[in-house]
Amino acid sequence: MPVLEARVPPALLAAMTAADTHRAILAVWRIEQPRLITSLARVLRDVPLAEELTHDALLAALERWPATGVPEKPGAWLMATAKRRAFDHLRRGRMIKRKHEMVARDMEEEQQAMPDFDSALDDDIGDELLRLIFTACHPRLSREARAALALRMICGLTTEEIARAFLLPDATIAQRIVRAKRTLSESGLAYETPRGEELSKRLSSVLEVVYLVFNEGYTATRGQDWLRPQLCNEALRMGRVLTSIAPHEPEAHGLLALMELNASRTAARTDAAGEPILLLEQNRALWDLLQIRRGMQALARARELGGAGGFYALQAAIVACHAQARTASDTDWSRIAGFYAELAALVRSPIIELNRAVAVAMADGPEVALAIVDRLVPEPALKGYHLLPSVRGDLLHKLGRYEEARAAFEAAAALAGNRREHDLLRRRAAAAADAAMSS
Amino acid sequence: MRFMYIVTSAHSGPPTPELLDAMHKLADREIKAGRMLDNGGLTPLAMGARVRIIDGQLSVLDGPFVEAKEVIGGYAVFELPGKEEAVAMATEFMQLHKNLMPGWEGTCEVRAFAGP
Repeated sequence: MPVLEARVPPALLAAMTAADTHRAILAVWRIEQPRLITSLARVLRDVPLAEELTHDALLAALERWPATGVPEKPGAWLMATAKRRAFDHLRRGRMIKRKHEMVARDMEEEQQAMPDFDSALDDDIGDELLRLIFTACHPRLSREARAALALRMICGLTTEEIARAFLLPDATIAQRIVRAKRTLSESGLAYETPRGEELSKRLSSVLEVVYLVFNEGYTATRGQDWLRPQLCNEALRMGRVLTSIAPHEPEAHGLLALMELNASRTAARTDAAGEPILLLEQNRALWDLLQIRRGMQALARARELGGAGGFYALQAAIVACHAQARTASDTDWSRIAGFYAELAALVRSPIIELNRAVAVAMADGPEVALAIVDRLVPEPALKGYHLLPSVRGDLLHKLGRYEEARAAFEAAAALAGNRREHDLLRRRAAAAADAAMSS
Repeated sequence: MRFMYIVTSAHSGPPTPELLDAMHKLADREIKAGRMLDNGGLTPLAMGARVRIIDGQLSVLDGPFVEAKEVIGGYAVFELPGKEEAVAMATEFMQLHKNLMPGWEGTCEVRAFAGP
């Protein structure tokens, strides 16, 4: 390896605090990580192992660079280091001989074909990236394990960062990752790419994880650790990766649309004190118009591909109705109710049916909506769900049936787990009781 | 965090084919990695125009402009975890210029978007 001209000289690194240096090196590594892991996975034919060796290269950089400075071609340095580790690993004979020879030959070819950093850019990482995502999100793994692996393998987050983002101890995440990798290796799933129909089938397990990561970040409020909202961006990034490497999958575009459209409201979702603001009360001037446009484009693409009725595309279509309304009163509620009806037919969820009832109430009035809600009352899945009596109370109140409304709000308050919600429901029950007295 | 990269240079000529090719590959990699949201090269300033307000007067000026030295040649928008990653990205981009277009001098400005 030639002596490299340091682009961040050691003197400068020395002047930084240890934490800054760590972050600077991590940043360089994160930029290079997707190419490192995909290249190694191809020659090793083992994604979890490739991930481990890529991480080893980071540890080596953290050890070396504070003394030597960041090399001019950090990607080449990291690649050379990771590959040396891969050779060492093979020499230790952990793999069967035949595979060893095959891999060693591939690696030599690889090194000859990749003399320096510039030509290393020739690699088309698309295919390998797809393999990486499908391995990390294998349906054999639990949703939580898939999310942790995806953030580590695809987004280059460290175990500590993932733990902070999910508000869990480091050890929990570390264990989750180790177990997941072991499951993959032991089941012989460490290196495979689904194609054609299999790809479409497996895609749902990937999209589910991306959406889980997005929601984990989306429910975080302002002022919390920056890593939690950052999860939204990582999920959006994974969504963009999927739409660029699997461009013919309508649901990938549908999910990207849903995430872009939801994320477009970020600035309007909380007040200065960090308290949430309901969608209909948000200042729409704060919505990110460019993000809405990107969401609408992704939704249009999903529809062009014949995916208008998909699980994510339908949810995106509902959010799009809000995004396109200039004011809350311009909202096209009958269209929203229609999308909810399609969604309910697709997944048969009583919660979606309840949401449909709310949209129907806005579109056609409380009476029609109450009929839907009353049909849901015996639903076992909604037993104990406070929003059912809460919505019912609201509809009864609007119909002037105050005594029944009061009883519904009381029931809802008893079920509400959250203090603020509980108080709000008690206040609504009291208001209904007053109205019953004076009517 | 979202970042805008603004590349300025006194060189007005087009990039060498090698540089163009390398930048194309870098862009392809970054789009597939979901990090690059948008980018573009601009035609020379001489072909552009300036609309400005000076002393309360609005004026429209067509190029070329004599006083222009460092002009914007292109831009890119990236979504990255933080400023360190943004600087690492810009460094990789500029390294390509250093390697593949000897004699070229210029600046890549890294600016975070304002907002939440």
